[in-house]
Amino acid sequence: MDKYLPRVLRVDLTKKRFWVEERPDLFERGLGGAGVAIELLHELCPKGADPLGPENPIILAVGPLNPLFPLASKAVAMFKSPHTGNLGESHCGGRAALALRLAGFGALVIQGRSEVPVYLAIHRGRVQFRDARALWGLSSSLTVGRVLRENEPGAGARTILRIGRAGERLVTYANVIAETYRHFGRLGLGAVFGSKNLKAVVISGTVTVPIPDPPRYQKLYRELWERATRSDLMRKYHDLGTAQNIRPLHEIGALPVRNLLATGFPGEPSFTGEKLAQEFLGRRLACSACPVACIHLAILREPHPAEPYFYKTTFVSYDHEPLYALGSMLGMERAEDVLKLIDAVEVFGLDALTTGVVLAWATEAFERGLFGEGETGGLRPSWGNAAVYLEMIRRIAQREGEFYYVLGQGVRAASARYGGEEFALHFGGNEMPGYHTGPGALLTHLSGSRHSHLDSAGYLLDQENLQRGRKPSPEELARELFQEEARRQILSSLVVCFFARGLYDFGTISGALAALGIERTPEELENLGIQILRRKYAFKVREGFELDGLPIPQRAVEAPTPSGRVEEEFLRRALREMARLLEGEDGMA
Amino acid sequence: MPKRLAVVDPGRCVDCLLCALACSRRFGEGGLARSAVAVRSVGGVEHGFVVIVCRACPDPPCAASCPVGAITKAAVGVRVQPERCIGCRTCVLSCPFGAVHWDEEQNKPVICVHCGLCASFCPHGVLALEEVEGG
Repeated sequence: MDKYLPRVLRVDLTKKRFWVEERPDLFERGLGGAGVAIELLHELCPKGADPLGPENPIILAVGPLNPLFPLASKAVAMFKSPHTGNLGESHCGGRAALALRLAGFGALVIQGRSEVPVYLAIHRGRVQFRDARALWGLSSSLTVGRVLRENEPGAGARTILRIGRAGERLVTYANVIAETYRHFGRLGLGAVFGSKNLKAVVISGTVTVPIPDPPRYQKLYRELWERATRSDLMRKYHDLGTAQNIRPLHEIGALPVRNLLATGFPGEPSFTGEKLAQEFLGRRLACSACPVACIHLAILREPHPAEPYFYKTTFVSYDHEPLYALGSMLGMERAEDVLKLIDAVEVFGLDALTTGVVLAWATEAFERGLFGEGETGGLRPSWGNAAVYLEMIRRIAQREGEFYYVLGQGVRAASARYGGEEFALHFGGNEMPGYHTGPGALLTHLSGSRHSHLDSAGYLLDQENLQRGRKPSPEELARELFQEEARRQILSSLVVCFFARGLYDFGTISGALAALGIERTPEELENLGIQILRRKYAFKVREGFELDGLPIPQRAVEAPTPSGRVEEEFLRRALREMARLLEGEDGMA
Repeated sequence: MPKRLAVVDPGRCVDCLLCALACSRRFGEGGLARSAVAVRSVGGVEHGFVVIVCRACPDPPCAASCPVGAITKAAVGVRVQPERCIGCRTCVLSCPFGAVHWDEEQNKPVICVHCGLCASFCPHGVLALEEVEGG
């Protein structure tokens, strides 16, 4: 292991102090990323901590492979989530991982609370506490990014992490925006920043990471680079981006539409990856160290309402999840309208996915008369009505009045207050991702440690099973997803993008680590993945989580998937098996 | 025929930094500190990128400006003789492209030697080695 990785930069916002801790113990055991962050969370987050209190730590961690191997492009954040009240974990691309690693640290931990708004400028291994009062309350997160870009050094090898108004006002699903258009998106890291009066963190990297075995490293790098650039995945995600999923999911009837009242539009949606690429695509971007460039920017050209021949040009980053949440879930007909909604959540710093599901719930609840215009402040949400949704997004971010304040806590809180739990699409308090593929997806959403589709990717397993006509038992499904989630803990400890999961099998990872002077056998890696997953589960149990009795939204089991309706009892049996695996009674580790 | 590194299609640059990271690997190192090639956005990522690297001037100002003769013209581009360099950074100021990069650890300039390693790792055809006219 190089000398920089085990260094943990600690920051106390209350006392405006920083120091460096050497933690080879953590990095030798857990590699980096998620494997280290979960241990720091166990250490530093007191049991029962208020997620918006000064005691909640913000932990950012990178791993040994960042940015030394292709697609080792991600950074991991851990914290206690103000949205679910439990484990907060979010991954981000952009330059976050490269900057933190080349700043000479394996992890950054921020605790305490500043009395006045500040931002952290981390250059040459030192932390400056800079006044952010002039940035606080700015209407657009994009402006914050531009100002910091112009005022801070380190261009070309830095990350600019910042929050928008939603984070300042503690919307529980506010995000942190990195560079432009990448995010620590889910579970409310933006609100944790806001609660600490922390507007932004700028990190620049200038160190050289020594490589113990350069010939071996260079040879393996070239092999992985060639495999990555020649792969189908490269073509698929480079050409259309993650938006390429919209069309096939729609075709098989797995794209949630109008709060999952349907799983399809009468015709093809206007915002498939193909249509967006043809009509709107303006530029592709990559995360540092990744050849794929899956980030797709649309150019939205809008005529000025008053001035003839005057156009406003906006760049909007689109991905599958925002297109689902702010597109199909809201029954949007026009691609331009979907792009406008995505731009609005970017400006305010809201998680796109959660915001879309919240608006979908609110639309259905309004139609059913659970509340009226008195609560909504005169707005009448209806499917496909972009103008109303834009105004609702603004009010959620501003936290205007009781109704929008509650919407700013997600559908679990909103349905507890106004009713409509049966169609409040959340799992463990986190809003549903854009895949209604079958029992695998539902089990991932329920049992995944972040309640994210990416935890164990049941949506992929469902599609494979559908093609093969295979129907696993609940116990088989639980075991397969447990293994997948455990495997992914290693990727998120290195930290490699999940898109590269096919590239980085345990043997390849073992070889890559060896070139960096870290000896781990494939078997050891497999076991470590299980251990990290169980440590995450242990944190959740410590904070009051129970898989047994976890609410399953009625809508999710009523709406047919491509393989039919999923029985609740099937999911309960799978959850019991999953609990057994996570508790470690099976001897797998 | 000698070849120089050329930025042939900057419009396709996606800011992946694989060129800059490849340059560091020449020395068996990870990172960007000793990379002779850098990527910058043109006032925000929306507007695209510039790849900042030595263009192999026929009459290089960096060589002309060096007070101790540590930079000399080569068949393509220039060569730095670090043992002569006094770290004054005059060469950095002399280059209008900002293509004289600086190794902060060694306090010496880093200038592209036109080996083409970065181009071989550019996934999107932004960089290429091309023959120098009349070279």
